[in-house]
Amino acid sequence: MRLNYPASVKIIRVPCTGKVDVIHMLRAFEKGADGVYIVGCKEGECHYKKGNYRARKRVEQAQKILNTIGVGGDRVQMYNLSSSDAPLFVKYANEMNERIMGLGPNPVKLKKKKAA
Amino acid sequence: MNAKTPSKLEKIMAAGHFGVTSECGPPRGSDPDVIRKKGELLKGYVDAVNVTDNQTSVVRTSSLAACIHLKLIGLEPVLQMVTRDRNRIALQSDILGAASFDIHNMLCLSGDHQSFGDNPQGQNVHDLDSMQLIQTVRKMRDEGKFLGGDEIKRPPKMFVGAAENPFADPFEIRAIRLGKKVEAGAEFIQTQCIYNLDKFEEWVRQARDRGLTEKVFIMAGITPLKSVGMAKYMKNRVPGMDVPDDVVKRMADTPKEKQAEEGVKICIETIQRLKECKGVSGFHIMAIEWEEKVPDIVKEAGLYPRPQVD
Amino acid sequence: MIVADRKPIEEIIEQVKDCKKVLVLGCNECVTVCEAGGKKEVGVLASALRMYYANKGVDNRVDEITLERQCDHEYLEEIREKADQYDAIISIACGVGVQFTAEKYHAIPVFPGVNTCFLGVTEKRGLWTERCQACGQCILAYTGGICPVSRCAKRLLNGPCGGSSKGKCEISKDTDCAWQLIIDRLKAINRMDLYEKLFSIKDWSKDRAGGPRKVIREDVMI
Repeated sequence: MRLNYPASVKIIRVPCTGKVDVIHMLRAFEKGADGVYIVGCKEGECHYKKGNYRARKRVEQAQKILNTIGVGGDRVQMYNLSSSDAPLFVKYANEMNERIMGLGPNPVKLKKKKAA
Repeated sequence: MNAKTPSKLEKIMAAGHFGVTSECGPPRGSDPDVIRKKGELLKGYVDAVNVTDNQTSVVRTSSLAACIHLKLIGLEPVLQMVTRDRNRIALQSDILGAASFDIHNMLCLSGDHQSFGDNPQGQNVHDLDSMQLIQTVRKMRDEGKFLGGDEIKRPPKMFVGAAENPFADPFEIRAIRLGKKVEAGAEFIQTQCIYNLDKFEEWVRQARDRGLTEKVFIMAGITPLKSVGMAKYMKNRVPGMDVPDDVVKRMADTPKEKQAEEGVKICIETIQRLKECKGVSGFHIMAIEWEEKVPDIVKEAGLYPRPQVD
Repeated sequence: MIVADRKPIEEIIEQVKDCKKVLVLGCNECVTVCEAGGKKEVGVLASALRMYYANKGVDNRVDEITLERQCDHEYLEEIREKADQYDAIISIACGVGVQFTAEKYHAIPVFPGVNTCFLGVTEKRGLWTERCQACGQCILAYTGGICPVSRCAKRLLNGPCGGSSKGKCEISKDTDCAWQLIIDRLKAINRMDLYEKLFSIKDWSKDRAGGPRKVIREDVMI
């Protein structure tokens, strides 16, 4: 099925989205990412029972923090899909790409560049 | 039981008559006429009038000041005191203050939690609880001593009461708890408003079995329902209140304009039935902001004229 | 454990907005367990602050250290060499840690990063509830191991009050009536005789009422 997804997306593999913590998302932004999205298994189908639910809550926490510090919570999103559903994976990748293009670059990265 | 204080309420019940008390909530302002007007409505129909102490934790004129106003127009006040707002220093001091005006009745309470009132962010004190306040005032009266042990010149002469809610949970300890209040020194008990008579009679029976009705005057709490709305509100919203469905139904089945009348009827029937309940020594009629109804209730329940004692 | 809750980041930012070099100081004890002030929370707060400053266009430094404890000299001494370089320390230990840090590093402003709430337990992850008010004179032997001082809204020693309904407190349907719990427990251990006894007036001088308290143990002092 050789489907294409935007080149801007860099995939970081984790054993389960439950492994992803708030700090991982924040570090990504500190290091210059313009957006972060977590792609977990469908809700109710987590191999470890609650991993993807935890991930969703952590995404919400990260959104709140990013809103507070002026980076923008919309830059973090949670998606769920079945691991075999490649077309949906591509759809979400495109959706996220468009969302971030719309929001523009991570303001922290811009300010850091200017300062340097 | 023999009277031990100058309290008229005590003397009446000690002589074997039913005691009758009512209630007067001080105003949310400083106009003494509000208190006097309420007092005048009750004059001659009740033996003593309770004055609430910042009930539901809403700030009002102090109970002690309102008691003095009533006393000055010739009524016998019952000073309500909650342990929520004062520590043991202030409580003892206010007891002395009341005694200095020859206020001879006092009701010891813990008080509604402040979260219900107009200052939910305030602290509560609860240095003593209601039973310990009973112990305190009894020590002051009987031993003539402060909690700290020093002697009191001209000790207070208070007839000491407490409240009890026979309908609160857990039911099985309610009579035991009443026993603790009696042991602490309570001489009369005013109960929560009674709508569930079966349960109330069961509680009195338990108290009788423990020999408590020989040691304490139980005054049954009576509140006339004004409307079906009030019945429902009491049933669903007031913690520890037991309004059975048939009472609500009876109010609901009555046409709106007749509901108040029906509410009064229910409370007269309640008094009639409880007069026959061995262990009930009196009635505490709390007509909330409806004081003008009290004389009718007292008359129609056969509690008028009030007995005279010296 | 001492249970604390995170302060809103806005509030912390307001405290340190003019500081150039900030240290976020965590604690490995209670606040780690209640997920308010451990290493993880230090990381999140520091990262958020760094981004906040960067976004403002200022080149500030925010460092992270988490100590074993902030309530003992030996651990707090670990930052002795570094402390001077900061113009603010945000301690996300409990109020004890914040104060001890402030006492030790007298000339450096120390700000609290959490609200210290109570002494309690983890009922389940994300739910911590109060158990003790450190009144200094434990009465649990008489109340079936359930504390009315910390768990009754009116701290009644002779409860329950008239507001107890179906096992719940009058202040909220989410709050257990402490005296219902006590009675249930006394029944379970067959000690209802304890309930029948009147609780006499409590000596609150061992509580906060007596002023700042001390425990002095000559036998372990060197």
